[in-house]
Amino acid sequence: MFEFSNVTKVYKNKFTAVNDISFKIEKGSFSFIVGKSGAGKTTLIKLLIKEVDPTEGKIIFNNQDITKLSHRQIPLHRRKVGVIFQDFRLLDKKTVYENIAFAMEMVGHTPKNIRREVPTVLSMVGLSDKANNFPNELAGGEQQRIAIARAVVNKPDLIIADEPTGNLDPETSYEIMKIFSEINRRGTTVLMVTHDRAIVDTMKKRVIELKNGRIIRDTEEGDYYHDL
Amino acid sequence: MTSRIFKHTFKQGIQGIMRNRTMSLASIGSVASVLVILGLVLMVILNVNAISMSTKETFDEIFVYLDDHISNQRIRQIGEEISSIEGTLAVVYQSKEYALNQMKEEWGEDGRLLEGLVNNPLPNTYVVQLVDVSYASRVISLIEQKDGIEEVKYYKDIVERLIATADFIQYFGMVVILILLLVSIFIIQNTIKITVASRKIEIELMQYIGASNGFVRGPFIFEGIVLGLLGSLLAIVIVLNGYDYLVSFTNEKMFAMLSFYLIPAQNIAFDFLIIFMTIGVGIGILGSIVSLKKFLNV
Repeated sequence: MFEFSNVTKVYKNKFTAVNDISFKIEKGSFSFIVGKSGAGKTTLIKLLIKEVDPTEGKIIFNNQDITKLSHRQIPLHRRKVGVIFQDFRLLDKKTVYENIAFAMEMVGHTPKNIRREVPTVLSMVGLSDKANNFPNELAGGEQQRIAIARAVVNKPDLIIADEPTGNLDPETSYEIMKIFSEINRRGTTVLMVTHDRAIVDTMKKRVIELKNGRIIRDTEEGDYYHDL
Repeated sequence: MTSRIFKHTFKQGIQGIMRNRTMSLASIGSVASVLVILGLVLMVILNVNAISMSTKETFDEIFVYLDDHISNQRIRQIGEEISSIEGTLAVVYQSKEYALNQMKEEWGEDGRLLEGLVNNPLPNTYVVQLVDVSYASRVISLIEQKDGIEEVKYYKDIVERLIATADFIQYFGMVVILILLLVSIFIIQNTIKITVASRKIEIELMQYIGASNGFVRGPFIFEGIVLGLLGSLLAIVIVLNGYDYLVSFTNEKMFAMLSFYLIPAQNIAFDFLIIFMTIGVGIGILGSIVSLKKFLNV
């Protein structure tokens, strides 16, 4: 799927956010990235969607070095990656339906396609009956579902979720995780940045732990804390 | 695909204008006022140009006024002598009667005043056109030496001063126009910046989703075009109506006094429309591009 080779990112203020990182994510896998604030998790996401470029190293995504993409190719790369932000980033003047349709319009889907796909993803995240509500009429967990639906509707190869359960109670978090498992089961690679210990420990998936910009642990079927 | 992009651009652009109505009106207003001032400067330049051309034609000739008492034969002789001087292009005789009729015609209604004259006070005249202004002083001094000449008139100073003034006004006008253009680009840029800022989340989202750059930028550039176009149309209405009023007022009341006509509004209306719309749209596009450049760095 993608591979980081000796990637280092030093920001203009001389802060080294990511320091000589190498790892590989297989197609169709489900992985957690854990670590304290400032460990380099957000930079990792930014590197993957080419919002920032590494100072050193290569990032191969689907056999293509994305550090070498031209300005014009960036949008095409981003269509292969669905990002779910911690703060959802929903458009509050658009309905649930319109928020998801918006993502399809932006990449040039036909109205016919949009009318077919939006109800499908809405039913997958369990929001069929809320299609005409506005985001701020809904609870946090439901808003998170909209964000997920919007990220998957364009059928990306990779889904990146940044703290998807950060603001949710355990029960809602569990429901959200079921949706991610379903997305992953259908073949989409999932990369989740999280602080949620309970979730990491229940899921028993690969865990990559970052500290001060370096990978200090990478275990299959790991736990949130150091595996013994 | 193309028609969809166009529809999206159109819809979002209009939405951007309607959502920020106050700022949109402000930029239409400022583009219009810049163009109105620019129009005034252009009008001044055009008219100064036209006046200096027509004045130059009138003054770029040597007038040889003949003594009233010389014979017709001498008059003919003088004509031949002047023609043979090096540097003269054409020598035209105007009898005093012809000159008086000419004057009556030019004065129009007021020409009746001249009918009360007992004697025609105007002299017989040779009008001498030169090959080149550089011959002027030599030709004049040769004519002045001849018998039967009352006076030789040449308005070289006036012509030169007129051309210099016209040049200066044109140069100065161009500088003013340039400054005005920069000011209006700055204003539109700020309007678009506010629109862009108010939709920052949406724009960022579009970029994360993978909307192409044209898709993201299109609506804002379209918005700039619409604002610039509306501003230029408003300006053209103000400038042409105002100028038309000025022309009819001036040409009616001032012609006898100043003896020149302002260019009629309908003669320049179409040119102005094209110029204003081009500049308006140009300002709009430039303003959008500049403000987008600062904001779209995701």
